Order: sequence, then structure tokens, then C-alpha cells
Amino acid sequence: MTKDEIKNMIIEQILEVAPDISVDEITPNGSLQRSLEIDSFDFLKILTALHEKTGVEVPEYDYAKVATLESMAGYFAGHL
Amino acid sequence: MPSLGADMESAVLMEWHVKEGDAVKKGQIIAEVETSKGVIEIEVFEDGIVKKLLVAPETECKVGMPLAIIASSSDTVAQIEEIKQEITPNINEQSLAQEERIKISPAARKRAGELGVDLNQITPIEGVIQLSQIEAAGTTKVKTPEKEKSKDGMRQAIAAAMSRSNAEIPHYYLATSINMTPALEYLTKLNRERSIQERILPVALLIRAVVLALKEVPQLNGFWQNSEEQLSKEIHLGIAIALRGGGLITPAILDAQEMNLSDTMHSLSELITRTRAGKLRSGEMTKQTITITNLGDLGVESVYGVIYPPQLALIGFGAIIDKPWAEGDALCVRKVMSATLAGDHRATDGRIGALFLDKLNRYLQKPEELL
Repeated sequence: MTKDEIKNMIIEQILEVAPDISVDEITPNGSLQRSLEIDSFDFLKILTALHEKTGVEVPEYDYAKVATLESMAGYFAGHL
Repeated sequence: MPSLGADMESAVLMEWHVKEGDAVKKGQIIAEVETSKGVIEIEVFEDGIVKKLLVAPETECKVGMPLAIIASSSDTVAQIEEIKQEITPNINEQSLAQEERIKISPAARKRAGELGVDLNQITPIEGVIQLSQIEAAGTTKVKTPEKEKSKDGMRQAIAAAMSRSNAEIPHYYLATSINMTPALEYLTKLNRERSIQERILPVALLIRAVVLALKEVPQLNGFWQNSEEQLSKEIHLGIAIALRGGGLITPAILDAQEMNLSDTMHSLSELITRTRAGKLRSGEMTKQTITITNLGDLGVESVYGVIYPPQLALIGFGAIIDKPWAEGDALCVRKVMSATLAGDHRATDGRIGALFLDKLNRYLQKPEELL
């Protein structure tokens, strides 16, 4: 899976959890939680769904490394 | 039609899940109604047999209007006939008073809401509006009048409940700073051994601490009704859940006193999902004995809430923030959270509220007791 494919997959999961967000609102380096008003429950749901799809489990101490779309895609690409 | 909130005046019966002659059990979902808070599943209060469905789907019903006759095993045939006689005229009056509703299936109505199709603009085929007509109309129309209307209804409902609260309830407010470092460290350790599906969020730990503290200070759990306090043995925790795009619903985690930490997390997660999907049950909308609001995710430091009548108190949690903290003679940095309590001064005094916050704090310093 390329990093772009992972990015698309992440966007898909964000839209699944928060259908009212439009794709343009998701910027590569904006904090997902703060800028998209994704709360801790939604965030966990997104990570759980991504775990099911990729097998990569993000431990809590790595949350800072998956705070933006760009860094999250990089994290998953590095752990596949 | 049960009242699904102090502020509800009417709702539309969307669909029956039972038919006449069916045996029903307490807690079984017998119907779906549409309110300003979304679609809510109606549970039956006791075991019995459905004798008669009094209201057809798609009918708007005022709160208190009978929807069906359910005979409990102890009712005699004569008694049922008597009840029927009593309520039939009543219903005819109400149906006549109603304006005629458009005939449309629940699925089509829901889709119309999503697509923003104005039902008055569609000519029904054989008296009923079809889903395909909605889809066709939806492709040419992008405005969302239906959705705006329902959101507006929710705003009105919140306005009514909060105005009533501020007019009737003499609130008192207390706040305390809680060192959350021990609880968060405990949770980190716990989550390290758990899979991502079983992970516990800090809010679940907070809820557990509230439940245990309420067991010790039960004076805050219940209602103010008929000018007196009515305490509840069960703890049905209303959780304020913000909806994306505006609005707020406070459905309950029912019987939270019987749950461990994992159950609490699971129930909360499930409740949030169903709230956002507009799939709540009537009991969850009516039984709240106390409410929790948590604005920590948005960075707010403390929240002084408005009690949801007829409840006795509301607990607020702010963000968990790194702060200077004195321990003994040393100054250090700790994860600190402000917990607040809004209490009804008719029912309790500040001392009870203070006791509660103290117990809450103590539990959060010994997180292993919250499992």
C-alpha cells in the first residue's frame, strides 16, 4: 500500500465517522482532533477501523505521531 | 405517547414493530417515533398482549395520547372493553384536530429529510409518496428545509428545558481541581495490555468515579417532584452528547451502578454511536437521574452547567491540562482537571455537593478501585 492509498483510506474512515465533514476541510498538517472537531471517541473509532484494515495498532503513547493526516499516513506506512 | 423529555409536546409514530395479538415483554421495542431529537424506539413498560393498535403509522400524536391497548395478564376482558370505551372518543377528537399528514413510507421520509426534498411539492402515486420519487426529486434539489426544521425543533426543545431550569431551580455551583496523573498513568498501563477494541478512554474512568461517589452520596441522584426530593436507587447517567452541526442530546447509560469499567466504556461507546445515528430508546431519553457534561475535548477548563429538570444535579468536567501542582513542599507539574457540580439548592446544600466532589476526587486518586 502506498502512502497516498493510506491517506485515502484514512480520509474514508474520517468521513465514515463524521459524514458532515467535507473532504476540503481535511488539510494534510492540521490537527485532526482540533480542526475537524473529532473527539476522543471518534478518534479511537478511526484508529480501530484502520487497525481492522491494516493490522497496525497505534498504541496510546504514539498518539502524538498520528495527530495529522500527513503524520498518520506516514506512521501507518512505516508500520505496515 | 410517552414524554421523551420535559420539553416534548408531540411526536410522529413512524412504525409499529408489533401487531395486534402479539405477546410483548417488558423492555421490548414496540414502535419507532420521530421527535425533534431523532428517531426513538419505544419500549413497553410491562409484559402483556397487544389488544389494539390505536394509531396508524405516520400520525402525529400529542404527549399522553394513547397509542395502543396492552392487556396485562391480570386484566379481564370487561376491563379492557371499559378502557377501550373510555379512550376511543378521545382519540377521534384528536385525529380530527390534526392536519392531514402526507402518506409516505418511513424510509422515503427519512431519505426526503436527507436530500432536503419538500414533500408538499410531490404528487403521491396512488395516494402514497414513493421512495423513487424522493430520489428523483433529490437529484434536482439541494436545499434542506426538512433538516433545518428538525434542528430548529431541537433548539426550541433545549430552549424550553433550559429556560425552565433557570426559572425554577435555584442552582448552587462548586468546583474542585483534581490531580488526574494517577488515574491517567493507571489507564495507560491498563490500555497497554488491551487490544485497541478494548481500550478505555479517560471519560469512562470519570463516569465510574461518579457512579461510586454517588453510591456514597445518593442525595444528588434523583428528581425534584411535587415539591420534594425523590431519590433513585438506580443510577441512570445522562451523558451530554453534542451532535455535529449543532444541538445536544443527553441520553442515559441505564443502570450504571451495575457496570464495571469495561461495561461502562462499552455502553458509552454504543450510546454515542446510536445518538449520532438517531437511534435511541425511550428509556434512555426519560430515565436520567443525573447528568454529566464533558467539554474537555474542546479545551474548556471548567463548565458550570444548567441542571436538566427535574434532576437534582449536573456534573461538569473540563480539559485535563498540565499545571503546576504543590505536593508536600515540592512544586511539580501534574495533569489537572476541574470538576464542577451544579446542585439544586431546594434539595441539597453545598455541603452535600462538597462531599460528593471529595469522594469523586478520592476515587480518582485510587483508580484501581474503579475497575
